[in-house]
Amino acid sequence: MTPLLQVRDLHASYGSTRVLHGLDFALEEKGVTTLLGGNGAGKTTTLRALCGMIERRGEITFAGRSIARASTEDIVRMGVAHVPDGRGTFVRLTVEENLELGAITRRDRRAIAADLERVYGYFPILQKRRSQQAGTLSGGEQQMLAIGRALMLRPRLMLLDEPSFGLAPRVVQELFAILSTLNKDEGVSLLLVEQNATVALDLADHAYLVETGRIVFSGAARDIRQNEKIRRSYLGY
Amino acid sequence: MPRLNNPRVTLAIIAVALVLPLVIQNFLTFQLTLVLVYAIAIIGLNLLTGFNGQFSLGHSAFYAIGAYVAAMLMDKADFPYAMTLPVAGIACFVFGFLFGLPALRLEGVYLALATFALAVATPQILKLSPLEHWTGGVQGIVVNKPEAPFGLPLTEDQWLYYFTLLITIVMTVLAHNLVASRTGRAMMAIRDNPIAARSMGINIALYKSLTFGVSALYTGVAGALGAIVVQFVAPDSFTFFLSISLLVGLVVGGVGWIPGAFFGGAFVLFVPNLAESFSKGLSGAVYGVMIIVLIYVLPTGAAGLTRAASRWWRAKA
Repeated sequence: MTPLLQVRDLHASYGSTRVLHGLDFALEEKGVTTLLGGNGAGKTTTLRALCGMIERRGEITFAGRSIARASTEDIVRMGVAHVPDGRGTFVRLTVEENLELGAITRRDRRAIAADLERVYGYFPILQKRRSQQAGTLSGGEQQMLAIGRALMLRPRLMLLDEPSFGLAPRVVQELFAILSTLNKDEGVSLLLVEQNATVALDLADHAYLVETGRIVFSGAARDIRQNEKIRRSYLGY
Repeated sequence: MPRLNNPRVTLAIIAVALVLPLVIQNFLTFQLTLVLVYAIAIIGLNLLTGFNGQFSLGHSAFYAIGAYVAAMLMDKADFPYAMTLPVAGIACFVFGFLFGLPALRLEGVYLALATFALAVATPQILKLSPLEHWTGGVQGIVVNKPEAPFGLPLTEDQWLYYFTLLITIVMTVLAHNLVASRTGRAMMAIRDNPIAARSMGINIALYKSLTFGVSALYTGVAGALGAIVVQFVAPDSFTFFLSISLLVGLVVGGVGWIPGAFFGGAFVLFVPNLAESFSKGLSGAVYGVMIIVLIYVLPTGAAGLTRAASRWWRAKA
């Protein structure tokens, strides 16, 4: 079976600063893949390169089509939703307006309204705060908003940039339980970029370790979890 | 942000606006007409700065282009004055859109500088002798004051007031609808978080240039109306100081609140005169102090004041 997302020899740079030096990785349909690594490893850059937000070189195939030269708008229209670094809240808009922006590339109004209710089903707190300014939400609520907003696209693939960042352990658990439901019940494939290896490896079926723009190790999430040497040297726990 | 979505309040304001010129002097009517003209220009600036997060110190240039297009059409081509508005609007939209394209690469202070250059260059270009045949050079162009049509028993000032009021209402409603639309939401998303907006699939370059164009259109229509109302255009009426006045009006009215433009328009028209009545020699200083005090006391402008007032009203009721 060909994977949903296949990346080969991905290079990316910010101006003259090269950040990615030939990444190879893949993600199965309905799978969960995680990229683990510390600060400056190139995780955020990888996600931005995938959706065409920065200059990149290499092969990227999504659902059998090359997207290495596609624009961000086209990639979003193909069903790739991005939960950006730092949550990307539109702070002065209301919670509901934020969610509606997740569906801005869609035209099917009725289905969008239904999806809004679906998101409120997953995150009842967002419904309670629907007309509140999004900038006033707590960190955890903003992360829920970011995931809910990505869901509004009805994505095939969701790119998650450190969803656990800066959140209390209990909130992280809650969020990852919902991500697991989205993956199992709705069949959304997840590409998860994380520093928090413990929660990421629990959710993922496949993992890659990234260091200064290169993949240094890859394997089944289960194996990495049990491999003490890798845990010690790369994950630090 | 408070919206004028209370129909009773809106109707009451419109009723007052309709009756006012019948009971006040002609000169005050003329001044109120100019308030409306400034309000349209400030709405234009608000769409760009308040709703899209792009700075401009160059809106006097768009105002000037609108004014000159209207004056030249009336002077050289005998255009009916009402017909000059759409032409001025379209000309400024195209100019604003094209200016917005290279400005895409600039943000914050850099964009402010680029638009500043536009504001400084425009009056000088209007004075150029090769263009003198059309622009009238330093002298500018004098246009005729239109009379009330259909034999309406109105003075010229009253008629121009009603004409401007109609245009203002239409432009305000259109701006309100634009902001409430999908396009408006995309504009605000870009303001709040450009990277996240892009990852939602919003074409940032397109929306930013379009907003620049629409903003220039509003300011250009205001310029054309201004030319008709004042009956005169000259390069030195459209200096950088006009850009700053519009910016002052924007902040005083409330950034990101459309009805604020009317408060802002009134402020930039009346308050400098008020400052002059305090002291002729120090009018600029008095005006400056007034602005500083206002920003200190009311950092969110008339928008914040209106919001507080309506909250107080509801609490009382």
